Amino acid sequence: MFISKLMKTICTCTLIIITQIVAADDVSFGVNNPNLGKVLSAEYVDQVDFVVMPNGDGLPQGSGNAVSGKELFNVQCIACHGNEAKGGINGDLAGGHGTINGPLPKKTVGSYWPYATILFDYIRRAMPYQTPGTLTNDEIYALTAYILYLNDIVTEKEIMSSETLPRIIMPNSEGFVWAYSASE
Amino acid sequence: MKKLTENMNFTAKNGLLDRRFFLKAGLGVGGGLLSASAIGSEGKDRFPWMKQPGSGMGESGPSNFESHIKRDSVGTQPGTTGSGASRTPIEHLDGIITPSRLHFERHHSGIPEIDPDQHRLIIHGLVERPLSFSLESLARYQHTSNIQFLECSGNSGGNMMAPQPLQRKASDLHGLVSCSEWGGIPLKVLLEEAGVKPEGKWIVASGSDAAMMSRSVPIEKIMDDAIIATHQNGEPLRPSNGYPMRLFLPGWEGNACVKWLRTIKVTSGPSMTKDETSKYSDLRDDGIAELFTFPMGVKSVITSPSVGLNFAGAGIYQVKGIAWSGSGKIKTVELSADGGNTWAEALLDQHVLSKSLTRFRSAWNWDGTPATIMSRAIDEKGNVQPSRESWFVGRAKNTFYHFNAIQTWAINSAGEVSNVYL
Repeated sequence: MFISKLMKTICTCTLIIITQIVAADDVSFGVNNPNLGKVLSAEYVDQVDFVVMPNGDGLPQGSGNAVSGKELFNVQCIACHGNEAKGGINGDLAGGHGTINGPLPKKTVGSYWPYATILFDYIRRAMPYQTPGTLTNDEIYALTAYILYLNDIVTEKEIMSSETLPRIIMPNSEGFVWAYSASE
Repeated sequence: MKKLTENMNFTAKNGLLDRRFFLKAGLGVGGGLLSASAIGSEGKDRFPWMKQPGSGMGESGPSNFESHIKRDSVGTQPGTTGSGASRTPIEHLDGIITPSRLHFERHHSGIPEIDPDQHRLIIHGLVERPLSFSLESLARYQHTSNIQFLECSGNSGGNMMAPQPLQRKASDLHGLVSCSEWGGIPLKVLLEEAGVKPEGKWIVASGSDAAMMSRSVPIEKIMDDAIIATHQNGEPLRPSNGYPMRLFLPGWEGNACVKWLRTIKVTSGPSMTKDETSKYSDLRDDGIAELFTFPMGVKSVITSPSVGLNFAGAGIYQVKGIAWSGSGKIKTVELSADGGNTWAEALLDQHVLSKSLTRFRSAWNWDGTPATIMSRAIDEKGNVQPSRESWFVGRAKNTFYHFNAIQTWAINSAGEVSNVYL
């Protein structure tokens, strides 16, 4: 009982000391900064972090292929993007290969986009248009796989996951340069 | 009585007058004619609205007679109500400030209704301490305010894409630009509080709209002049401009100024989001596309005369318009009324601010014969607004971002204005 109480006291003291150290450190940031930012836990940050990087950082667990992706696409996406992602009311996602350096470039996922990871990032953020945030990670991987399949980039059975998706080399991956450089 | 033309000082051919003509002339030709609507008591004239007290104070908007001045050319993606754009009616405005109700819009999944008490700005990623800020706590930080333009990089794309010039109003063609006094907190201050790690070179900004709009921005720009904007023209941001907060990057393309800002993730490089790769990338004629073409080029447009604002017979007219540059201040605006053979300097209004709209004016004695009129802006860095022909050099045919070529208007002998390519 006594030991337990002592431990509690020690813990409380440690906590106070840590708090004071953080506070002292904060002062160095500048006298005009009121330092009101609330420090967040890793768990909280993970819940609000949607960023996916081209190297796959940020991709969650889960997987899917074009077979299941097609079923889902024909329910969730076909109304706007059309059968097999062509001829819909809102932008073809497939086709146009080889047109980018021609007289009438047709920009689609397959003909233009530089990284396959963009598909997962964008679908998770914004799609389906009317009900964003309702797809599971497996479903997003499956839709990603189906759109890549429609562009002849993966096979029908190929599994897309945090391991495989960043390794996809898109047909137009060499078609970009940066206009921005840090020295500007 | 001396004829007006005796005092005219022509500065370029085809009728362009000294830019200070109106200031010098003190024209006595204005002034409303007395209405014979009603003869008041004692033989004096009063309009009907002078014969009874007007309406009360409080809520009142623009005059009912100006109700046609509104956001124009509203368009949205099929099957949506909030994924598209509306334009600023630039041909009806003067000065440099765009009233907030008339600021152009470009949304990707509508305007969210955000409860400011629940909203948080979160800074995370390559920082020593991930932090969360409430609106209430941000109000205690040192704010700054600047008058600066915001332009969608797709602005004026119609003039680039259409093989024949579109006979559309100035707002339809160029209305994706506005200018406001933006108030907020330098993002640098908040990032320093979080402690950016040495490997943190970019940030990825995400909005809390339904599309979670996201763009990557180099840390140099963030540390230079980026702000978390909370105020626009003195009042809290309008929902259509990101209430309660947006990223504002002076001089850079509007799309990167993420509205309804929720998270800032410090990263080692860009995330390559959909809107910075498949969109807002600039395709060259060699098939290579340029990413991260952030700054908006030097540009000007004559807003009057323009399509729909015709001349009523030969005589002296005010020519006016707006000029801006994402690289700094406007140095000069030149006008030509003879197809670009001779140029005269326009008069700039008092406020010539960095990365802001600048108002220019001049006087034109139009002789009633067919003519063209165009403006060319030059900024303090020496950048010159290009001709349409020179803008195309090196660019693909099916791209339309960052189109800043000279706009030419033609006036026929009836005084009707049309859009022409020169």
